Amino acid sequence: MAGFHAWNRFAAVNDEFVPIHMDDDAGRRAGNPGAFGMGNLQFSYLHAVLRQWIGDDGRIMEVACQFRAPNLRGLTTIARGKVVGFRDEGNEIIVDLEVWTETEEGTVMAPGSATVSVPKSAYVP
Amino acid sequence: MPKSWISDDMRALVGRTFGSRRSSAPISLSDVRKWAIAIYYPEVPPRLFWDEEYAATTSHGGVVAPEEFNPFAWFTAEGPVMAPTWEGPIRDSGPESAFGVKGPDTTFILNGGMEVSYGVRMKPGDVITSSETTLLDYQERQSRLGLMLITRSETTWTNQNDQMVKVTRGIGIRY
Repeated sequence: MAGFHAWNRFAAVNDEFVPIHMDDDAGRRAGNPGAFGMGNLQFSYLHAVLRQWIGDDGRIMEVACQFRAPNLRGLTTIARGKVVGFRDEGNEIIVDLEVWTETEEGTVMAPGSATVSVPKSAYVP
Repeated sequence: MPKSWISDDMRALVGRTFGSRRSSAPISLSDVRKWAIAIYYPEVPPRLFWDEEYAATTSHGGVVAPEEFNPFAWFTAEGPVMAPTWEGPIRDSGPESAFGVKGPDTTFILNGGMEVSYGVRMKPGDVITSSETTLLDYQERQSRLGLMLITRSETTWTNQNDQMVKVTRGIGIRY
C-alpha cells in the first residue's frame, strides 16, 4: 500500500527528503492530487519482483523504466513481469522481460523492461 | 512558454562530463539490511540481504546488497553528505549550473526514468566509486504539462577492484 510508511523509509535509506514526497501542497504544486511516491522506489519494486522470480542464484543484468503515472497514497502497488524472449547461453538462460508496476485498477505507473540470467543448474533435476 | 528550452550554450554541453568522482564509505551490513527492509516493507526481505549464515550457503558466499542499493547516502569517503533541504519546487536542478551555464527557466523537475546495466554485486566492505557524469543529450516534447525538456546523463560505478558495478543512464524531465 503506497504511502508515507513506505516512502519515509525509502527517504531515510537514501537521505533524500523532498517536499513532493512528503507534503500534499508540494505534490499539488507539482501537478498531482497530493504527495506522491519516489520513482526510484518504483524502480526498486521492479527489482524485487525480478528477484522473486529468479531467486538468489539468478542475476539481474539490465533494468529500464519510465515513470508515467504517479504513485499516490492509498493505492496498492503491484509489480509484474512478462517474458518476451529468451536464449540459451551455455550454463545460463538469458531472459528478456517486460516489467511494470500498476495499481489495483490496472493503471500502469512505471513501465519498463529487464534482462535477467538464470543458471541452468537451477533447473537440472 | 518558449519555443525551446535548449539554448546554444546548453547544446554545447552535450558529451561533456560534470560532477566529480566520489567514493563511498565501506558498505556496512547494517546499511544493506536497512535498504532491503525499506524496499520490501511491509514484507520481510529475502534472507540473502540480512541473514549472514544463510547467505554464506548461497552462490554469493555471503550477504550481498540488492542490485539497486545506494551506498552514497548520509556518508561518503569525504565525510557527512549534508544533503540539501529543499523548500518548494526544485529549481536549478539540471547539469547546466555545474558548467557555469544558465539553465532553462523551467519550474519543476521530475524523475523521468532510468536504464541500468549491472556488473558485479555490491557487498559489505566494498568501496564504490562513482565516475563523473556524462551529459548524453537534450530532447524536447509537448505534453499536457507543456513543453518538456528531457535530459539524459550517464554515470558508472566501480568497486575497489575496478570491476564495473553499475552503469546508469538517468532521465530528468523539466517543465
